[in-house]
Amino acid sequence: MKMKKTLYDKIFDSHVIKKYKDSYLIKIDRMPGHEVTSAQAFSDMELNKRTPWNINQLLFVEDHNTPTDGGYDSITDANSKKQIDTLRNNINKYKIKKFYPLSDDGNGIVHVVSTETGFILPGTTAVCGDSHTATYGAVSSLAFGVGTSEVSVVLQTGVLRVQKLKNMRIVVDGILNSLVTPKDVILYIISKISTSGGTGYAIEFAGKVFEDMSVEGRMTVSNMAIEAGAKVGLIASDKKTIEYFSGRKFTPSGEEFKKFSEFVMSLKSDDDAVFDKEYIFYADDIEPQVTYGTNPAETVGISKKIPDNSNESSLEYMGLEVGEKISDIKVDRVFLGSCTNSRIEDLRMASKILKKINKKQHKDIKQVLVVPGSMEVKRKAEEEGIDKIFKDAGFEWRNPGCSACLAMNNDIMPSGEHIASTSNRNFRDRQGKGARTHLVSPIVAIIAATYGRFIIPKEILK
Amino acid sequence: MKKFKDKTYLNVAVWEKENVDTDIIIPSDYLKVIKKDGLGNYLFDSMRFIDDGQLGKLSKDRKKNKDFFLNLDIYKDAEVLIVGKNFGCGSSREHAPWAISDYGFKVVISESFANIFYENSFKNGLLLIELKKDEIKYLMNYYNKEEKKDKIYIDLENQIIKAGNKEFSFEINEGKKRYLISGLDEVGNILEEMKGEIKKFEKEQEKKYPFLYNVNN
Repeated sequence: MKMKKTLYDKIFDSHVIKKYKDSYLIKIDRMPGHEVTSAQAFSDMELNKRTPWNINQLLFVEDHNTPTDGGYDSITDANSKKQIDTLRNNINKYKIKKFYPLSDDGNGIVHVVSTETGFILPGTTAVCGDSHTATYGAVSSLAFGVGTSEVSVVLQTGVLRVQKLKNMRIVVDGILNSLVTPKDVILYIISKISTSGGTGYAIEFAGKVFEDMSVEGRMTVSNMAIEAGAKVGLIASDKKTIEYFSGRKFTPSGEEFKKFSEFVMSLKSDDDAVFDKEYIFYADDIEPQVTYGTNPAETVGISKKIPDNSNESSLEYMGLEVGEKISDIKVDRVFLGSCTNSRIEDLRMASKILKKINKKQHKDIKQVLVVPGSMEVKRKAEEEGIDKIFKDAGFEWRNPGCSACLAMNNDIMPSGEHIASTSNRNFRDRQGKGARTHLVSPIVAIIAATYGRFIIPKEILK
Repeated sequence: MKKFKDKTYLNVAVWEKENVDTDIIIPSDYLKVIKKDGLGNYLFDSMRFIDDGQLGKLSKDRKKNKDFFLNLDIYKDAEVLIVGKNFGCGSSREHAPWAISDYGFKVVISESFANIFYENSFKNGLLLIELKKDEIKYLMNYYNKEEKKDKIYIDLENQIIKAGNKEFSFEINEGKKRYLISGLDEVGNILEEMKGEIKKFEKEQEKKYPFLYNVNN
């Protein structure tokens, strides 16, 4: 009998070129990249007088360092400018065609652009010098983050020597409450399995909750697999996946799309596939989440208090105390964006809630920064009048980029302030030195923006 | 890549903190570089220094947090870092191992490491060793900040550590070990041995899955 395979096994096995004693040489089909983790890879290549293996397998954007309120000339930081110049030189030198620089119509966050253009396709392997590469698992691409040395290897050889991960399945069953979002699901999962629970594993998210979820929602989940320690966060493909890729820039068309669709439907684990570890959670147990500490596992339901067993140094950094109610935390700023929650669906969700609440930015909220994931998302939002809803409430409507998620540009959050952020990491100093990040869903972020604090969504949105 | 010196005695520093993420190892301000060297100046920046740093400002010109483990006299010249579990979680930035190596560390020992950080470290000649909880506890206790101890002995070839009167063995992937000891050029090696195989594999892929590999490029 043929061995039953997990989705991870299927994609992995179909890319093995050579098996070594304790590792594999696998073909990497796609490598998206950005300005921060590529310079040293190109210079290594140059030093060895080599050239890229295949420029068709590459796509680059500028996103980490870039301003969200201006073009190249508005970059004030000389180091940022130098990094961007270096990328542009490399793009020109090696004639890389898929390049979406700052201010270009196709610009955006690498993980948003890579899927919305169809550069990443189901069943492919992909790496990127960025840990949130796990995002592509949502469309059944075996994708993971690597450091610059491995970027360099893939750039020059199109392959990578890797060890095979173990298989973990996380099932979430049931039906989510309408105000509980994919973000809440993944934060809840991380709180249950810890930030290292997924280390050494490829996670597959399965069960009714993910089947019911939109493709963009699945991306929010897979995106944060790394926050549970897993490099890979896969989800089986279905009709929604096929629909998602229909008509995108780099997706097949016509007769080829039919074959593609058939292939995509095969991207799931076999019924009796064996996982090394399995968890089952229930949708009913998940309420909107708010992180209170300095890692994504330090999260609780919005109706709860800060737990007794909280890490002292986390709470000290956050300026919070054990037993404090989450709903008593006063918020200073709101960031709606990042590769986790900046897709059109996130902005639609947020604007819909804002319209329902029908309130303006709360007087104590100093800033609400809305940063779409790409120019494409921005255009769509503007066509739908979403930008106007935000602007009318007093929010800032920006150009795409990583922005305040990691504050490498000028979107820096001030020390001591509490930030309701739809991003993925609440690490110390991540959004600015001393800034106190609370990771939340777009819905909770909008409520914080209009009420100045965290409120249980169902209390105001009946 | 630089070679790892096998069978060596090294100075130790201990930091008990768990879940040290790569944002702590090197904050994003310092990722705006196009070279790898000099990043040791900014290692653990926000905890190691009291003042605000910037690229180009050297550690000797900074105001140090005297309580931080790296600033303690007893851990001066440390080459081995013994640290709490899940070290290196979060961002994939290779600047983290670059900063650790550039500071002068050659080995990091912990109960566990994050996957991407683990791969990145070996690519830069930085040896990571995973030990069991009680072994880490012994080492943290032995090299505590109260009393200066002898150096730790690390034998990579035979996968042995000696400290005080104890000896521990550790597991390591054979490929990674060879890679560290030889300082091999990985890309050169792949191209030399596998170029034909890779090309052949790609041709087969294109034939089998044209809709994945021949699309609108």
